Formats: sequence, C-alpha cells, structure tokens
Amino acid sequence: MIRLSIPVRQALARLTLPVLIVVAFGLMLLGKVDAVVAERARMTLADVMSPIYGVFAGPTERLHEFGESVSRLFTLASDNARLREENEQLRKWQAIALALDAENASLKANLRWIPDPAPSYVTARAVADAGGVYARAVLVAVGPNHGITRGQIVLDASGLVGRVTEVGARSVRVLLITDINSRVPVVLENSRARAIAMGTNGPRPRLAYWPSGTPPVEGERVVTSAEAGAFPAGLPVGSVHYNAQKVPEIEPTAHLDRLDVVRIFDYGLTVPLPPEAGLARPVDSRSRK
Amino acid sequence: MNERTPGIRPRPSLGRRLDIAFRVSFPAVSTALALLFTAAPLRLPGQSELQGALALGMVFFWSLHRPESMPPLAVFALGLLADLLDFGPVGVQVLVLLIAHGLAFSWRLALPRHGFVGVWMAFLAVAVGAAALQWGLTALLAWQILPAAPALFQATLSAGLYPLLALPLARAQATLAEPDQA
Repeated sequence: MIRLSIPVRQALARLTLPVLIVVAFGLMLLGKVDAVVAERARMTLADVMSPIYGVFAGPTERLHEFGESVSRLFTLASDNARLREENEQLRKWQAIALALDAENASLKANLRWIPDPAPSYVTARAVADAGGVYARAVLVAVGPNHGITRGQIVLDASGLVGRVTEVGARSVRVLLITDINSRVPVVLENSRARAIAMGTNGPRPRLAYWPSGTPPVEGERVVTSAEAGAFPAGLPVGSVHYNAQKVPEIEPTAHLDRLDVVRIFDYGLTVPLPPEAGLARPVDSRSRK
Repeated sequence: MNERTPGIRPRPSLGRRLDIAFRVSFPAVSTALALLFTAAPLRLPGQSELQGALALGMVFFWSLHRPESMPPLAVFALGLLADLLDFGPVGVQVLVLLIAHGLAFSWRLALPRHGFVGVWMAFLAVAVGAAALQWGLTALLAWQILPAAPALFQATLSAGLYPLLALPLARAQATLAEPDQA
C-alpha cells in the first residue's frame, strides 16, 4: 500500500464527497442518454431479488388474508343477506346470458365468422412493487426461458393490469395502467366512442379525448380498443366514474392495489416501442384490427 | 483507541478482527438490508416512501454520529441500490443521500450539542430538502410535471420516522456498532 503523508490523505478525504456528487450527476445523464445500461442493471438486481421476494409473498399474503377474514367475521350476517339477494339477480342474468350465448353461436355459424385465435399466456406471481414514489409498476417473477417480450399484455382475474416494459431473465416489470406514463386506447362500451385512458399515478386513470357529443356516462363499461395495434379489442379496463371535480375517471376492474397472480398474454401484436428499446420489431403482417 | 495508541489490548485474533469488521460495517450493511427489506412485498401502504425515509434517516444518523462507518463511498453505493430497487431515475437518490451525508458530516461537531430536538429540527429541514430535490430531479429527468403530494408525504414520513429510527440506532451505536466493545 502506498504511504501518503497526512495532509495529502486529508485532502483526498475531503475531495471524495465532491467527486462523488459529480459522479452522481454523471449517472443521471448516463441514465438519460443510455437507458439500456440502467435497465439491465435494474433487471439483474430484480432477477436476483425476485425469488427471495417470492418467498416473502406467500406468508404476507396469508397474514393479510387472516386479517381480512377476522374483519369479515363482523359483517357476516349482512354480507350473507346481500349475497343471497345478489345471487338471485345473477341467476336471472345467467339465464339471459345463456340464451344470448346460444343465439350468438347460431348467428356466428350463419355468418361464417372466423374466431380470433386463442392467445397463449403464462401465469405468474406479482412479487413486489417496482414503481417507487413517482411511478406505478409491479415486478412479476417468471421462470427462466419464459419467452415474454416487451409490450405483452397483463391481466389479472378481472381486468387489464398493464403492459410489460422491462424483461429480465427471471422477472419482468409491468407498468400499470395507473402510471403517469400509461396511455391506453379504449372504447366506451355503450356509445362505442373511442377515448384514451391516461394514468395519473392516482388509483383511477383519467378519460380523455372522447369525441364531442358522446360524453362518458357514469357507470359505463370501458374496454380496450385495437386502435394503434397495442392492445386487442375488448379487454375489460373498468367503469366510468365522475370524480368530485366532474372529471371522468375509470374505476379499474383489476385489483391493482393488491395484485397477486397475473396472466401475461402474447397476442402477437406489434407495439409502438419507446425509443430506448433500440431496434424496432418487424411489422407483423397478422396485425389484427 | 487505535493501533497507534499505547496500552494493553487483546491479541488481534481472527475472531476479534471479524468482530471489529462487523461492528465497523454495521451502519452501512444494516442500511442496505433495510433497503432490501422495504423493497420486499410487505403490502404496506406508502412502502416506497418508507424506503426513502429509512435510507435518509439512517444515512443522516450515522454520518452525524459515526461518520467513519458511513463514508461517502458507502453512501454512494446505498443511493445506487435505492435507485435500482425503486426503478427511479438512476443517480437521484445517490445525489440526495450524498448531500444529506455532506450536511450531517459538516454539522457533526456542532449539532449534537443542541440535544436530540436540535438534531431532529435539522433533520426536518434535510427531509424537506431531500423530498423536494428528489421530486424536482425526477420531474426534470422525466420532463413532466409530477404530482407533489407524494413528495410532501415523503418529507412528513421521513421527519416523523426519525425519532423512532434514532432510538434503536443510538442503542446500536453504543453496542453493536461500537468497535471498542469488540
């Protein structure tokens, strides 16, 4: 080891902090110029951590379920009455749905309708929040050789969750539809009017750019649109809800605040990729509208 | 007490050297573990804000009370870990933590004389500044206006958490992280 005189050593020690601060600024610029390096470092760390987080996820989930089951004990009687009533109504709806399903099938048979090919999907567990303070995203643990690519669509049991934005060897990061950078082309189901669901980092994405004359109606169902080819048509996103400022928002059908098991679908779509993705994927000729 | 001061001391056996190394590295290692732990899926409300608050509080505390165990390089590494774990723009938390470290380091002689409330008040200012800086830099790097509510929440959480954090850390400073106790 080199022996330095005490003044030199003190001067060096005093220099460390300013130099490191300059390096921090350099890192910020580097992260801005070359997002791939930062992304790769993140996903490597995420790949290492996701199995460990997967171990955590089970017990915390069970703990939460226990807490909820205790709190549910107190509302058991009223819940039961409500469910009985709801069941009665659903039975009526089921009869209608079955009749419509049969009618639909016969009409499609008459029209020689070509059904959409069934998309392939993988089911995986959302293991950790990957959003930080200023973003909304989750980390999903997937096995090695998963074949998931950027832009694939993520759904939970009830609705649209988001899209895959970063892919690692054992984990993928999913940007939620509530993230401030998320834009989802949607269709208002009653009027068939197109609009955009804009994330705000809040719990409900905002609706924007609907055609004049067809304002969103409170409670109206909102589904994805195949416009721009980023999403397949008809995935449930949520229902319209006007907030206190009279701005239409979407109450997501997916349980975005407590994601557990999600499905990652490969619809074979071409996706408008962000610039840091490097080479654009060739245009898919089977692109479905 | 270091190797240069005269006196009788135990033989520097392997166990003793490991013990000293553990005690010296305790502040940085425990902060890194706290970061990794708060990134786990605990489903706590405001968990990412909690992560930032813990990192800031621990770096500030150790930079103030035992700076030789929280050198700038360790602060840099911790900031990088925090940035990578919460998927924010790389370098932002590095800068925030380095500045907090620099402030705490320069106040280390004067500030503890004002008692715990004085330290807490100073940390309050640091927490507000840190949240504002992180918000500003994140907005600048993403080139969009971000909602300010999370920054406010983070500053409040950091400031409110500090006394709860300082209590066990002060105990650790006298026991676990004290090399003279080896």
